[in-house]
Amino acid sequence: MTSPTYGAPLPETPDGVVIELERVTKVYRTGSIAVAALRGVSLTITQGEYVAVIGPSGSGKSTLMHILGCLDTPTSGAYHLAGENVSIMSETALAEVRNMRIGFVFQQFNLLASMLAWQNVELPLVYAGVPRAERKERAMEALARVGLAGRVNHRPGELSGGQQQRVAVARALVTEPDLILADEPTGNLDSVSAADVLRLMDELHQAGRTLVLITHDAEVASASGRVLGIRDGLLTENDDRYLESIR
Amino acid sequence: MSWLETFRTGVNGVRSHRLRSALTVLGILIGIAAVILTVGLGEGAQGQVTSEITALGSNVLTISPGSSTSSTGIRQALGTASTLTLSDVSALANPTVAPDIKAVAPITSSSETLTAGTSTWTTSVQGSTPTWLTVRGRNLAQGRFIDNQDVADHAAVTVLGATTASELFRGIDPVGQTVDVNGVPLTVVGVLTSTGSSSSSSSTTDPDDLSVIPISTGAERIFGGTSRNSVSSIAVQARSSGDLTAAYQEADHLLLQLHGITTPTNADFTITSEQSLISTATSVDRTLTILLAGVAGISLLVGGIGVMNIMLVSVTERIREIGLRKALGATPRVIRRQFLVEASVLGLIGGALGALLGIIGATFLPGVVGDPITISPTAMAGALVVALAIGIAFGVYPASRAAHLAPIDALRNE
Repeated sequence: MTSPTYGAPLPETPDGVVIELERVTKVYRTGSIAVAALRGVSLTITQGEYVAVIGPSGSGKSTLMHILGCLDTPTSGAYHLAGENVSIMSETALAEVRNMRIGFVFQQFNLLASMLAWQNVELPLVYAGVPRAERKERAMEALARVGLAGRVNHRPGELSGGQQQRVAVARALVTEPDLILADEPTGNLDSVSAADVLRLMDELHQAGRTLVLITHDAEVASASGRVLGIRDGLLTENDDRYLESIR
Repeated sequence: MSWLETFRTGVNGVRSHRLRSALTVLGILIGIAAVILTVGLGEGAQGQVTSEITALGSNVLTISPGSSTSSTGIRQALGTASTLTLSDVSALANPTVAPDIKAVAPITSSSETLTAGTSTWTTSVQGSTPTWLTVRGRNLAQGRFIDNQDVADHAAVTVLGATTASELFRGIDPVGQTVDVNGVPLTVVGVLTSTGSSSSSSSTTDPDDLSVIPISTGAERIFGGTSRNSVSSIAVQARSSGDLTAAYQEADHLLLQLHGITTPTNADFTITSEQSLISTATSVDRTLTILLAGVAGISLLVGGIGVMNIMLVSVTERIREIGLRKALGATPRVIRRQFLVEASVLGLIGGALGALLGIIGATFLPGVVGDPITISPTAMAGALVVALAIGIAFGVYPASRAAHLAPIDALRNE
């Protein structure tokens, strides 16, 4: 894959590490009550890894996903994304990091209903300041990559759930990000479409992409190369007993 | 993200919620149209009053008698004295003494009832001389005006205003007919051309409702009055409007001298120009315009609050969209601009449509209400600028709310 042609050149990722979390905590305060959603999470993910984070609701996996996606900042600890310390960045700088380095796939697809498929896909490139003609070309390429070349001029409402999620994957791919972050990508899909989307994720992994998949479904998690369990705000790795217990 | 892209996104936002956008635009539209129409109505009325008064002659001075003092020492209202006489008139008409005065017309007047056959009509009967016609700037529709021979002969003749003629002689040619005033039969010798400004202006008396007779006839046979030489007022026409000040000074100086008054503050007469009437009338109209425009301005303000309301609803309703855009890399500044552009597009569309409605109203309304409406390009441009400013001003708060939404809160919303 070629590097993006817009914006400032991204610094080279040292020793292929994409994500590095060091004792990251996140505490939510509601009045006088403090709830620790993450209680010191350390994690390293390298280039080209396909990692699944699995945990039940309330385990802190959503909070972890928000922090990994730079949608929220840690209370303490450090987060380096592709060598940059993003835990100390301003809101505007974080917006740029999300734009250039991260591709999101959400459970709810989150496509804009008033826009055509290709217009949804080009949206991150609009915020990156890519010229119009190039945006459309790259959006078309990304849609072709997810097998929707024939659906580029459809609105989300005219597409099936599986197709909508593939549009969302194309949108996550279009900026050539360092990391694709998928939050329950199969949660709203029937089993056929879910398998379809997981196959697409696997293809992206084969093509060398770094993927983090967050789910509560052990079967979905098993599609990945590395499974992390999360419980009570702490990560467990290679804990087969835990994985067995939530299966 | 460039301004062009922001603009495109904003316009798309407006277009994708058509009904809501249309209703918001309606609020601004009505406000702008109301402001344009009321200001236009005010300007139209001002223009009309000015042209009406100018038609009376802007180079004309009117000399009225001063106040009289009763035997008990109480000063009465202006015009109650009969200090102006026919000898004043002939002195003012002398070109060697008053070179800047072109013509002088003495006027005696009284409200009398005219009878022609079975119709009666009460109007202002004015005794004057042939110069009245030029000093007043009037024309004849038919027949002739009173001449010097009529004045010398105390002739029983009259010239009627257009309204008076039509009231007394419906459908009959008035010239040659007879009208009775205080038992004196007068032959109608002419009818004045209508000034065309009679119907609309209720504040001034109808200039087409009058009967002009020779001044001598009035003094001897109609009015009866105390002194046969006194006049109610004297109309003085300057050579041009530029000579008005000179004519004023000449008349003032001459009358003070003739009346033997040494201190000008004790003058027993007043000289007024039509200019002072114009400024009074226009200032009254201006006050009315400001009042109406104020009411219209309030409706514009309500329209602006409508924009804010809709934008706030829009922000709440599109909380997921905002969160998604932020997740995809929109900075707070870009989100703020998007919503500001949406608000200003709403304002601008409202302003443009309101201006259009204003033009349509100005074209068709005068036929209904009878008053002219003047729409100036300045008022038009002003309305557009105001509409845009309202869009921006009332869009700032919703836009900054949208900009400061946390992306996770926005995405979490189901």
